[in-house]
Amino acid sequence: MRNITLSQAVNEALAEEMRRDESVFIIGEDVAEAGTPFKVLSGLVEEFGTERVVDTPIAEPGFMGLAVGAAMTGARPVVDLMFGDFIFLIMDQLCNQAAKTHYMSGGKLNVPLVLRTNLGATRRSAAQHSQSLHALVAHIPGLKVALPSSAYEAKGLMKTAIRDNNPVVIFEDKLMYNDKAPVPEDEFLIPFGEANIKREGHDITLIGTSSMVQVCEKAAEILEQEGISAEVIDPRTIVPLDEKTLIESAKKTSRVIVVDEGHQSFGITGEIAGRINEKAFYHLDAPVLRMGAMDVPVPFSPALEDITVPTPEAVAANARLLMSGEMIHAA
Amino acid sequence: MTNTNAEDYLRMYRQMVRIRTFEDNANQLYLSAKMPGLTHMYSGEEAVAVGICEALRTTDKITSTHRGHGHCVAKGADFKEMFCELLGKEEGYCRGKGGSMHIADQSNGNLGANAIVGGSMGIATGAAFTSKLLGKDDVAVCFFGDGATAQGLMYEVMNMAALWKLPVIYACENNGYSEYTRTDEIAAGSITARAEAFGMEAFQIDGQDVLAVNELSQRLIARCRKGEGPFFIELMTYRYHGHHVGDINREYYRSKAEEKDWRENRDPITRFRSWLVEEGIASEEEIEAMNAEIKTDAAAAVEYALAAKYPDASEVDMHVFTDVEHALA
Repeated sequence: MRNITLSQAVNEALAEEMRRDESVFIIGEDVAEAGTPFKVLSGLVEEFGTERVVDTPIAEPGFMGLAVGAAMTGARPVVDLMFGDFIFLIMDQLCNQAAKTHYMSGGKLNVPLVLRTNLGATRRSAAQHSQSLHALVAHIPGLKVALPSSAYEAKGLMKTAIRDNNPVVIFEDKLMYNDKAPVPEDEFLIPFGEANIKREGHDITLIGTSSMVQVCEKAAEILEQEGISAEVIDPRTIVPLDEKTLIESAKKTSRVIVVDEGHQSFGITGEIAGRINEKAFYHLDAPVLRMGAMDVPVPFSPALEDITVPTPEAVAANARLLMSGEMIHAA
Repeated sequence: MTNTNAEDYLRMYRQMVRIRTFEDNANQLYLSAKMPGLTHMYSGEEAVAVGICEALRTTDKITSTHRGHGHCVAKGADFKEMFCELLGKEEGYCRGKGGSMHIADQSNGNLGANAIVGGSMGIATGAAFTSKLLGKDDVAVCFFGDGATAQGLMYEVMNMAALWKLPVIYACENNGYSEYTRTDEIAAGSITARAEAFGMEAFQIDGQDVLAVNELSQRLIARCRKGEGPFFIELMTYRYHGHHVGDINREYYRSKAEEKDWRENRDPITRFRSWLVEEGIASEEEIEAMNAEIKTDAAAAVEYALAAKYPDASEVDMHVFTDVEHALA
């Protein structure tokens, strides 16, 4: 199987879906000739023209609102939001309009829209270009949320998202655009709500999302050298969430750490930990640990920024604590 | 005068009376505590919705506002499903999940009322975008009030609509009040000049004159279909009731004399009725018979809706997603 970058994978997914369905179009800032600042969309405007790869003014609420209306009337927009941080600008159109239209209309109106944006710190971009805000979106009923962790997921989840008749938000890890992974040349889709067991283990479960899947895999390698067998699971979508696979693993290993790059408080890690507590409590040998980004705005200085995000070493250290039983005494 | 025109005029009259009658009944449902929540009366503004919607086809799209019953009726909705929706009943247009402020009727091209002031401006613009993208000649009309002209979204989407020549008409119903505040206290300069700044043709028109509204709308809609849009219309109108049905004592923001003047001297239905009689299109008796028939229809629809059943509790987690029957199952 060939290796391609995450960026190429997204590009391929969009091109394939646009060839398959004429109602699919891309809209956002600098998506056409510029191909976005990350060059993810390079070449698409040459194939599909400016009618379907639409450069907008810098007006996020405007083009998001336009996309909601387009989706309600028979088109399938893929909205390009240059940075995940800009999601605060479009909250009304995303959460009050797109998310609720199908429900408020009693099932009569659909909003088949994809919002593709990104997450991830440590790019030295400071507090307004580095946030991981997927928990905000996942909190709102009516929105699906996908978090690809490699080029393979980025392609398969994007294709599924475009074919979905609901609003879907995809957060790509902006540090991973140039990372290569094996991606089949033949067409494939990844269904939503199916977690991927990246690595089997029996002592402890590490649940990682997006950028944190690699962190968990590296932590598992460290732990293996110490004789600790870690299972690594990537939920791939957090709405819908494959609770069954997560609970089964928790019951099997009896110890769980949930790692996500969103802020730790009121975030994805707390939600997943809560569900494991509710459904696997009597199988646990230790409290479920949450590891998110530090509850501070993302700082600019590398000396500070790097300590705000979970690292493989920190995950491994917490895993050792859980294995030793120390966390129980701490509680 | 041709028969076709006469039919068109009588249908316009009928639709205006249907809106007024619907609102009178909705107000009574509120006052008698039979309706959950609040509602916002369209009474007084009928010529705006009817003048515009009578120039549209079923496949043309509209977006509506919190004061949306008029648009819904004018675009072709039935009383029964509308009253059922207002009362939260299963047979309502949205199965009782939307209510007065979210009533939508996709079968007639009504993409829904919106409880966020200005919230549907992107949606209407997007409907026009789809029309152009898919090579159709459908037009979208965005209804909104003077209050919504203070929202930034409007300027963002008007900019894009003008850049891309989208078939959309921005219809600003200027009823003089942004909730409980006079419009001249919230709107600097001219509202039409704001649209003109984007190179858009903008018109200000008497919103109490249904024929004038309809004539202008027909002209602009035809031009939109030929790719000459977008356009902006400011329709000068008045709401007879308060901001919502519970806004009874409103002398602190507008006088009773002003309300009386609009009702007695500029009412769109009275004016149009006089014209129909003067032109010999309908007799007083025919008009009274039409009014009575509409009253009976509305009463029957209210009775039906009051007796209709509420949605089953199992519907609470339905329609969250299109592909999952029960989101929480």
